[in-house]
Amino acid sequence: MTNPWQEATVLDVRHETPNAKTFRLRLPDPRTHLAGQYYVVRLTAPDGYRAQRSYSVASMPGGGEIDLTVELFPEGEVSGFLHEVVAPGDTLEVRGPIGGFFAWAGDTPILGVAGGSGVVPLMSMLRHARAIGHPERMRLIVSARRPVDLYYADEVVGPETTVVYTRQAPPGDPRPVGRLTAEDLTPLLAGPPRTVFVCGTPGFCDTATDLLIGLGVETEKIRVERFGPT
Amino acid sequence: MAITRGFTGRRRERDERLPPGQYDAKDEWPVLHVEATPRIDTATWTFGIDGLVDTPTTWTWDELHALPSARYAGDIHCVTTWSKFDMTFDGVSLDTLLEIAGPQDDAAYAMASSSTGYTTNLPIEDITDGKAWIVWDADGEPLPEIHGGPVRMLVPHLYFWKSTKWVSGLRLMSHDEQGFWERNGYHDRGDPWLEQRYQGD
Repeated sequence: MTNPWQEATVLDVRHETPNAKTFRLRLPDPRTHLAGQYYVVRLTAPDGYRAQRSYSVASMPGGGEIDLTVELFPEGEVSGFLHEVVAPGDTLEVRGPIGGFFAWAGDTPILGVAGGSGVVPLMSMLRHARAIGHPERMRLIVSARRPVDLYYADEVVGPETTVVYTRQAPPGDPRPVGRLTAEDLTPLLAGPPRTVFVCGTPGFCDTATDLLIGLGVETEKIRVERFGPT
Repeated sequence: MAITRGFTGRRRERDERLPPGQYDAKDEWPVLHVEATPRIDTATWTFGIDGLVDTPTTWTWDELHALPSARYAGDIHCVTTWSKFDMTFDGVSLDTLLEIAGPQDDAAYAMASSSTGYTTNLPIEDITDGKAWIVWDADGEPLPEIHGGPVRMLVPHLYFWKSTKWVSGLRLMSHDEQGFWERNGYHDRGDPWLEQRYQGD
């Protein structure tokens, strides 16, 4: 499975949160991705200096366009450039899709557990589940700091999705603010076993996997993608 | 070469120890495995070498520690573009273990495997003659679980996905087979100085 570098055209740039932007790219050589996979973006300076980073696809599989959502990291060489400079009409070298483990074909029941920007690959899964007419195959829990930090706020909410807030909740939210707990996860594990996709910072992922294992989820059922400033 | 409009890059002072496309993670040691971090009991953990060897051998934690110790001091490079300089790892040289197991003449490749089921393939030249270790200490401290503790393989001249966390075995083979990341599009060898990140590089 060799994916060559290709020059994608930036069609659209939009804010998801104050520090996350989604870049819609048109691929000259479209590749079918699985929900959960990622692309590598490579930047090249005039003197040949290069920097590359990996970004998960947020859009559902199919078509010649992909959405990559990029969190801005302090001092982030690539995320900073993408946020501050890149505009519609630019071209970006990309390569993908990559990753066959943290990926879902849409045919099995799954639970997504996302912290912050970790919702990006799980949003692709949710969009896919809805598009194929099987939203019941996916359950999703998203941890966000504040309502303004929730990615895809107008789309991620729905019967499949539970949102927990760690710092500030919207008015009327019955759940006290705070980190993800076993009580948050328990109702989502009811019924037949689901493969669990956990994505977020390394700390979030370790906390979430410990909770899941404590609730009796087999480690073989847990797939983890750790995001960080790398 | 496709120049990216407006991009000059921030890190202009390149340390010559950095392979192409890598950056210095300094005090950070990023964690990038895809499985749940396993909890491994050193009382029951074993490491075995089998396949094309004269004497398939399994060592316990205590048996490995009784062998001559060996140290790697130097740099490590992850395919996700971070590198770390001047690390030390303590454990046992894989040469010591292979000497006991006795590779057969037609052993040309190895498959390392982890307690989690993770696998990675390596040419035998990349794990012999002082190039590979089984390690349990990093920078003088017990290797943390998230970095593969209590014990991982170390093949520091290749990208770090070749350094199997929670290593449990090594199988010698006459032919190459792909491991976990290799089946998922990563390079079969993974030399950071040749920037062999993905299949086809």
